[in-house]
Amino acid sequence: MPSADNGFALRTDRVSRHYQMGAALVHAVDDVTISVRTGEFVALLGSSGSGKSTLLNLIAGLDRPTSGGVFAHDRNLADMTADELAKHRSHTIGIVFQAFNLLPRMTLEENVELPLRLAAVDRSERGPRVREAIQRVKLDARLSHRPAELSGGEQQRAALARALVNRPTILLADEPTGNLDSITGDEIMNLLREINETLRMTIVMVTHEQPRAERFAHRMIVIKDGKLGSDGTRP
Amino acid sequence: MKFRDLAELAWRNLREALLRNSLTTLGVGVGVASLVAMLSLGVGLQEMANQRISRSGLFDAILVAPRTNFRGFGRGPQNNANNGPDLPPAVPVDENARKTLEQLLDVVEVYPEIRFPTEVRYLGVPYSTVVAGVPPSGRTSGSYDGMKGNFFSGPSADETILQIEFAKQLSPQTSSLIGKDLVLRYAERQELPAQGDTNSKASPGADDADSSLSSGFSVVPKEEKLRIVGIVETEPAAGFGGLGRGRVLIPLQVAEKLRVAQANDFRTMLGARPGKITYQSLTVRVKSPSQVKDVEDSIKSMGFETFSLIDATNNLRLLFAVFDLLLGIFGSLALVVASLGIINTLVMAILERRREIGVLKALGATDGDIRKLFFMEAGAMGLLGGFLGVLIGWTIGMGMNFATSIYLRRQALPSITVSSVPWWMVASAISFSIIVSLAAGLYPASRAARLNPVEALRYE
Repeated sequence: MPSADNGFALRTDRVSRHYQMGAALVHAVDDVTISVRTGEFVALLGSSGSGKSTLLNLIAGLDRPTSGGVFAHDRNLADMTADELAKHRSHTIGIVFQAFNLLPRMTLEENVELPLRLAAVDRSERGPRVREAIQRVKLDARLSHRPAELSGGEQQRAALARALVNRPTILLADEPTGNLDSITGDEIMNLLREINETLRMTIVMVTHEQPRAERFAHRMIVIKDGKLGSDGTRP
Repeated sequence: MKFRDLAELAWRNLREALLRNSLTTLGVGVGVASLVAMLSLGVGLQEMANQRISRSGLFDAILVAPRTNFRGFGRGPQNNANNGPDLPPAVPVDENARKTLEQLLDVVEVYPEIRFPTEVRYLGVPYSTVVAGVPPSGRTSGSYDGMKGNFFSGPSADETILQIEFAKQLSPQTSSLIGKDLVLRYAERQELPAQGDTNSKASPGADDADSSLSSGFSVVPKEEKLRIVGIVETEPAAGFGGLGRGRVLIPLQVAEKLRVAQANDFRTMLGARPGKITYQSLTVRVKSPSQVKDVEDSIKSMGFETFSLIDATNNLRLLFAVFDLLLGIFGSLALVVASLGIINTLVMAILERRREIGVLKALGATDGDIRKLFFMEAGAMGLLGGFLGVLIGWTIGMGMNFATSIYLRRQALPSITVSSVPWWMVASAISFSIIVSLAAGLYPASRAARLNPVEALRYE
């Protein structure tokens, strides 16, 4: 873990993201300042359209802020070039989406290997790392299956393996249980908690399910209409 | 991303939309095929023309004559003043000149033009014809490839090759003439002894160059039996000619040995050195047409008049270059149209794979990775289309050759190769196909690379 981050894996400093929609200027994220400690499991809560996913995209380096700063291990993403941001997404961040976003024509193994290809990791290293990631999400028996042959829970676990394979320090999850039934959703949440505890990986999860957030996250940050609503540890 | 990974992903993407990508690749293939077919026709015709030119003996040859000759026969001895201030003195074209010219760099052979009208008898029947001496290079020049029978067995063999039209006069079954004899009747030139020199011999075997000067010559009728060894369509490598194409061809050495009286002898007899045998002209053959100019300049500086058709070959090359260019442009049009197909396919692929591009970017792909991926797909279509196109183009060319041969055979003409696909054309066509495809991939690749990952991930 980098030592220059003062114990914070992530920080935003009065970050805003505004965009034009027709004649209207939308304040998707407006002047939000938060910080996430290394190894912390944080839930970003908010209703639909509150701006929590936009904030997650800014933290992931998928989007750039209109103003303010986003710091990952004290490096301001706003100052990075496009290629540096891509490297940030490749090496520092792992992302899991609500819709899984596995590539349908690739097998589970190939999907998990994809970030290693993008990071130009040597072929000799890839096999063990892919198997390690797949073992962690307990999908060893499904290596050669394509996404369409997997259940929703298995697909999300595969997506999780893909997010972990490059050994990131921060895992971002955008509504990871949004497409799953409650039992499968809990399985995924347990897996996230296990990853957080065993790997000391910082996790920021976007969700609109407060009960689940309360059960699994260390802290809940509520975003409301693009602004910071509340920021506190779970009761 | 490493090249191998890019290539694997590109190949996987191409296989994914197999029908569409195959049709696009086929479009590129058809474009390349049209280019290859057009160019192969141009090259084939050019090769055919070059072969004919080479066999004509006109374009790698320099005619060397005394400086007066091209000013017109019968003007009498040339005044030295006519040489001009910068020209070296005129030199007679004799055996010494022949030996000197043989020493020049890039000169393959030097031989006198021996060609005379005369009479031959076959089975006792006389026929008027033109006899021509064939230089030894005729054997290896390829000019006599495809002839009936054989080339002369040796440079001094008493043998003859007949031109087919003349052979038909002797016998409708021209093949049956091979191995038969015919008799050549000709007028032999015999030098008379110099006035006051009673010891001089006027024998045919006297050395032309070094004999003492005679006062003239007599003409004696002679006969020579020649065996027919071959039949040829037309006299190849006829050079600049003079008395029309030879119809009875004999080895040049034999022709020289016959010492046939020629028109030039009368002028020589009236000249300053009446007993010294000179040639009307010598033909200097160089290694290739490109060396003609240099050799010609050297010969001119030695005091001879020269003549070559080098300007004509230059014009012919220019003509073929323009012809090839036009064929290439027309052939390329189809490839340009095919490149629009590539653009269309890749733009469609961007729309279909928008979300996938977003995922790749979210997982760490740079804009450059996405750009290279689309480039790779375009290049792969170009490469495959190039190979396919060369194959189709080559097949079309073979078809053209086959059809032309059938047509010509029906017209009782020898078959020719009108289409030729050399290796450089294969390599160029495939390279061109890849370049055009990459150019076609520029816009889609750039568009894919610029996709906003957030918007791309949102795309359904």
